[in-house]
Amino acid sequence: MSRPSSMRTPLGRVRNLGSSHSGTTDFWRQRLTAVAMTLLIVPVIVIVLMLIGRNQAGAAQILGSLPIAIILALFIIASAWHMKIGMQIIIEDYIHNEKLKLASVMANNFFCIAVALASIYAILKLSSGV
Amino acid sequence: MTARIERPLSPHLQTYRVTLTMALSIIHRATGIALYFGTLLLSWWLIAAASGPGAYANVQAFTGSIIGKLIVFGYTWALLHHLVSGIRYFFWDLGYGFKANEREALTWGALIAGISLTVLVWIIAYTVGGGR
Repeated sequence: MSRPSSMRTPLGRVRNLGSSHSGTTDFWRQRLTAVAMTLLIVPVIVIVLMLIGRNQAGAAQILGSLPIAIILALFIIASAWHMKIGMQIIIEDYIHNEKLKLASVMANNFFCIAVALASIYAILKLSSGV
Repeated sequence: MTARIERPLSPHLQTYRVTLTMALSIIHRATGIALYFGTLLLSWWLIAAASGPGAYANVQAFTGSIIGKLIVFGYTWALLHHLVSGIRYFFWDLGYGFKANEREALTWGALIAGISLTVLVWIIAYTVGGGR
């Protein structure tokens, strides 16, 4: 105790610093994206199976079709969001150094956004038939 | 700032006896981490398909190799296990399946379903395309 303690009471200190009532946001989104992927997994697996053994031209033709592009894009958005939340929970559980934690959380965000954007860009490019 | 209060810490893994549900909880997290990095494969594959025949041939050469096949097989299991194991959590979130026999059954079910579905998908994959 190098500095004198505050004159505020413990209760006064925590008032207005407590719950922001957004504590369940990540929990909810984790479930939302999980349900989305549970619904999408069968069509996604069927799409992947349809592509087995085909060359690039054949694969590009299938991936470029509208319903398939939409299903894959939805699946990628849900999974990127889901894995961003999941990895952040793991980081917060095991990394106790504050700066390293912040850097890891940031890197996690970058990774998930980059993976999602790159995949969706590829799907859009295939859909436009370039 | 006042002195740091020594709060009690919640006990970690070494404190507990290993149980099935605990092992599966760890596997759920581990498969989640594997899928996180496995997404790079999905991304690479889509980008290659959008890039051209050369890039796509590279992906197919990789997924056709022994190591590539093992990784894709592992990815398939991680994905399907995480899925069925996750469905278990839906039951618990909704307040069902907390009795000892129920949670054991759910957990065995997830383990068996994950492996069975993986084998099923690969059987279909070989039937449809004769492997990658």
